[in-house]
Amino acid sequence: MIAILKREFKSYLHNVSGFIFIAFLLLFVGFFTAAQNLFGGSANFAYALYNVVIIFLLIVPILTMRAIAEEKHTRTDQLLYSLPIRMSSVVIGKYLAMICVFLIPMAVICLYPFLLSAFGIMHYASAYSAILGLFLLGSALIAICTFISSLTESQIIAAVISFGVLLAFYLMNGFAALIPSSPLASFFCMVILSALLSLLVYALTKNFNVAVVVATVCVVPLCAVYMLKASLFEGLFPALLSYLAVFDRFYTFVYGIFDMTAVIYYLSVIVFFLFLTVQVMEKKRWS
Amino acid sequence: MIEVTHLTKIYGDHTAVDDLSFTIERGKIYGLLGPNGAGKSTTMNIVTGCLAATSGTVRVNGHDIYTDPLAAKRCIGYLPEIPPLYTDMTPYEFLTFVAEAKGVPYEEATRQIKEVIELTRLEEMQNRLIKNLSKGYRQRVGIAQAMLGNPDIIILDEPTVGLDPKQIIEIRDLIRMLGESKTVILSSHILAEISAVCDHVLIISHGKLVANDTIANLEGSVSEHNHLHISIRGELDAVTAVLANVEGIISCEQVPNNNGTLDLKLTVSKERDLRDDIFFAMAEHKIPVLSMELEELTLEDIFLSLTDGEGTVSDPDTPADGEEDATGEEEEEEKEEDAQ
Repeated sequence: MIAILKREFKSYLHNVSGFIFIAFLLLFVGFFTAAQNLFGGSANFAYALYNVVIIFLLIVPILTMRAIAEEKHTRTDQLLYSLPIRMSSVVIGKYLAMICVFLIPMAVICLYPFLLSAFGIMHYASAYSAILGLFLLGSALIAICTFISSLTESQIIAAVISFGVLLAFYLMNGFAALIPSSPLASFFCMVILSALLSLLVYALTKNFNVAVVVATVCVVPLCAVYMLKASLFEGLFPALLSYLAVFDRFYTFVYGIFDMTAVIYYLSVIVFFLFLTVQVMEKKRWS
Repeated sequence: MIEVTHLTKIYGDHTAVDDLSFTIERGKIYGLLGPNGAGKSTTMNIVTGCLAATSGTVRVNGHDIYTDPLAAKRCIGYLPEIPPLYTDMTPYEFLTFVAEAKGVPYEEATRQIKEVIELTRLEEMQNRLIKNLSKGYRQRVGIAQAMLGNPDIIILDEPTVGLDPKQIIEIRDLIRMLGESKTVILSSHILAEISAVCDHVLIISHGKLVANDTIANLEGSVSEHNHLHISIRGELDAVTAVLANVEGIISCEQVPNNNGTLDLKLTVSKERDLRDDIFFAMAEHKIPVLSMELEELTLEDIFLSLTDGEGTVSDPDTPADGEEDATGEEEEEEKEEDAQ
């Protein structure tokens, strides 16, 4: 794992992608800090970070696109499969290398509150909890995009899909607000979701029976619960969507709240997507 | 060392490897031979743990490749068909990475890297980026990588593809040298390579193991007949009449030429050298024999006969079945006439 981490980290610094990520993040944080805190005269550093978030949509895909897609493209993944290391170590090593790259601009950003304190009174606690929030958000997004990179052989496709998915997550709260919270609407959305899930299972396994079983296992309990107690579906789907709103958890940090549930939420997103990445890598062995 | 039992790999509806079983013993060089798409690379990928089999087991030094993959992989150094190299590193950096990933302690790794760089003659190139190296040097970096961690078994998938003749000879020498201390398995569809380097050949065709023997034994076992090319000054009828009395000739075919001589290609049994008999028979009838040449079946013929599964039909030198029958019949007719 350490070997993979070292190699990947060096490789990010040999390539442009690591520097683009670092440079753009610092550029925008600097720009918004200047706009909000220096020219705007605000003492709240978190507001600057609030504006920075949107730049993640562009730079996280640039950082993560080559993570696994390039290994597949150049067939170097065969080396990883033949080395005496677990696939989970490989994925964690790669992920930590990206986190190390991410830590470089974050370390620089950590100096900003100190610098700003020269111009007025800084609330260090809220500033640093917002920085931590930004770091957790970025780490979660990197995990999601690493997973997307493992799905394709092409870096460009990985980057485009990552951008699309991140954009969808960014707008998720808006989507959630559009969907009516009536039980019937939620019920229909859940059924459609089950159908999509079984289609996905069919696409992955090419086994019709398994897909039908998955669909039945999802839809039958849904119908049963809806008939017995429709009120349970009240606002269920919008609530479900808001779980996917990765960006929104960060805003609680911006408002000066150190939210432990958000920390746990981000950590579970990271673990979940790294787990999926390992599974995708293992699946290739079985194809 | 390696025990493969009932290995099967199915891709969708295509069976790439079909019930393969073999054992690899210590200290030999094995050649995995087969036409393109026979399942060589698939087999190697399964043995090295890069690919999972549909069914069957692989045990490396007693470690099962599925239940105990790390221990099994530590015993194997693998060079896949396309050398898996990070092109943004130098050979030295790359080898350091591989040694570290294989869990070799730092000082031991430094020593081993120096050793493999010397063995693969990479000294001059060790600090250039791999992307600037030629195919031959990349292949050597791939082999060097497989040798790190001092594995007992080294598996090389088509190690000489795309190399120039000088490089091929160098790689072959390297493989021979490796074979002195380790077990080496290499795959190839080039026979010359296998016969030049290997002690033992495994021939795979359509995912099935069709031969598993030493080269000498294979040459002995598969070919039942030899071909004898003779050049005679005389008439076809007279000659065939004489030949009909020589025992052991299976068939006879005329090879047309413009030299005014009669050239025949005889298929003869392997048990006895018929050249003496033919000479004396011809001498008795005062037919001059200008030349006689015995052609023994080569590894090439064996390979073709095994991988086609239909005798040596696709060998351009051998007559097709129909012609063989025809000459056989002619001979029989002639024999009958003789008897009358």
